[in-house]
Amino acid sequence: MHYSISRSSRFVAEHAAQQRRQLLVALAVFAAIALLPWMVSDVYLMNVLVLTLLYAALSQSWNLLGGYCGQISLGHALYFGVGAYATSVTFVKFGILPWAGMFLGGAIASVIALALGYPCFRLKGHYFSIATIVIAEIGLLLVNNWNFVGAALGVQWPVSPDSWWTLQFARTKIPYFYVALAMFAATWLVTFWIVDSKWGYAWRAVKDSPEAAESLGVTVFHTKMAAAAISAFFTALGGGFFAAFVSYIDPESVMQFQISLLMALPAVLGGIGSLWGPAIGALILIPLAEFSRSYLGGSGSGIDLAIYGGLIMIVALISPDGITGLYRRLRSGAAA
Amino acid sequence: MSSPTIVTCRGVSKRFGGLLANDGIDLTIARGEILGLIGPNGAGKSTLFNLIAGAFPVSSGTIMLGDREITALSAQQRCKLGVARTYQVPRSFESMTVIENVTVGAFVRQRRVSAALEKAYRTLEYVGLVEHATVAAADLSPPLKRRLEIARALATEPTLLLLDEVLTGLTPSEARAGVELIRTIRDSGVTIVMVEHVMEIVMPLVDRAVVLNLGKVLAEGKPKDVVRDESVITAYLGDRHRAA
Repeated sequence: MHYSISRSSRFVAEHAAQQRRQLLVALAVFAAIALLPWMVSDVYLMNVLVLTLLYAALSQSWNLLGGYCGQISLGHALYFGVGAYATSVTFVKFGILPWAGMFLGGAIASVIALALGYPCFRLKGHYFSIATIVIAEIGLLLVNNWNFVGAALGVQWPVSPDSWWTLQFARTKIPYFYVALAMFAATWLVTFWIVDSKWGYAWRAVKDSPEAAESLGVTVFHTKMAAAAISAFFTALGGGFFAAFVSYIDPESVMQFQISLLMALPAVLGGIGSLWGPAIGALILIPLAEFSRSYLGGSGSGIDLAIYGGLIMIVALISPDGITGLYRRLRSGAAA
Repeated sequence: MSSPTIVTCRGVSKRFGGLLANDGIDLTIARGEILGLIGPNGAGKSTLFNLIAGAFPVSSGTIMLGDREITALSAQQRCKLGVARTYQVPRSFESMTVIENVTVGAFVRQRRVSAALEKAYRTLEYVGLVEHATVAAADLSPPLKRRLEIARALATEPTLLLLDEVLTGLTPSEARAGVELIRTIRDSGVTIVMVEHVMEIVMPLVDRAVVLNLGKVLAEGKPKDVVRDESVITAYLGDRHRAA
């Protein structure tokens, strides 16, 4: 065989340079976000920012399994709830610091994801999604009736002085902002790293054609299981952080179906299976949800859901691959 | 050195419900040959092809790869042992670029992204797709998608390449280019099995043809002998035609 060594190695070098550029852009974006607390003094607005970053992180975690590996879960509220409850219960009952509780919750969520993946990954497409909804609802019912974790009453965190150890801050939201930013940055970096690895290629191959992936040496089942475990881990971290942030959780606030939707929708809106899609989607959806809820009040309940529905319809009609997909196409169109 | 036989099928049968798609097939494939697997529609070519690739399990019989029995191995395990395939209807990874598609295959023998990408790039050069490297696979024309299927399979560095109707439906010039590529691949030491429905395309290319009909081996031998075989003519054209 005749190879032109120089062209292929030049291509590889170009790829590496592209990756470095992407990483630098991301670091610049994180740094810019980190400056926001100096510009935003309003507590309510800071609250919205924390939630936006949290959901950017959650949606990025969802995107690992749903966007890259193509397994559309609508039950990620289960892992969010596991994280929130593991963190709350270990802190309130045993005095374990929430930082440890979050990681414990992450580990438990991964184990649950593997246990559920074992039967569920035999299901294809919509059947898989339906199974995830049902399982998350069962989880919600179980927690609602489980006295050890407070059943329907939930878990109230004790009032404690502001401290990084216990992740409790009553006077300011800014520490939460930085933790949420760190989580967003971490999920982005993990995604970035996985996508440009053997795993990432296998995940995307499984999404597009499991049969072809198998014929090219990819173990489809293991691939899905790995994606599910990693996705569940980071979702539970987010749940643990949320519990510390609001200091009070009950089954409805951390495990209801709407939370599963709020993880999937930003990715779908922003661009499923893309690095920035979940963040862009969260930046649109979360403020929209928060503002419509606070301005429309009780009478406006459900309006945010109607808006989501409308946005998803628009995305499906105009650009099924989301906002990042639209941007890509406009750019390549302009170049042509 | 490895044995002169790369694949041995013994009494291979495959049943789909009430249909016996393959019925006790005995077949050997010699290392380094181009074998044509032909036969009329519904003869069981694709079934046998899929059984060798490991897409589904046999109902009975054994399949050996060299000296190793692979009957119970999955497609993924067979790929690691050097069996690669293409699909009749191309199954490109549509959300990925051309080179990313091929890189998936390259990861079978490479661990690092840089090594896999480099291997993929060289494979694209080899099959003549390199100018489309960064194009989305979804945007390729059908003949180029066939070529991508071959590239992806080659990137796994197979010893046995199974081609499922890669030449069907191409224009004469595209088919000529395809034939040339397949010869080059064989000359690099890869054994090739081609399933083709249309005899005229494969006969000049293959070293040996195996004709299947109704799930059984009807005839095998040199292409020029096989096409003159009475039973083969009957199977393809029907009794009425022969009588006429």
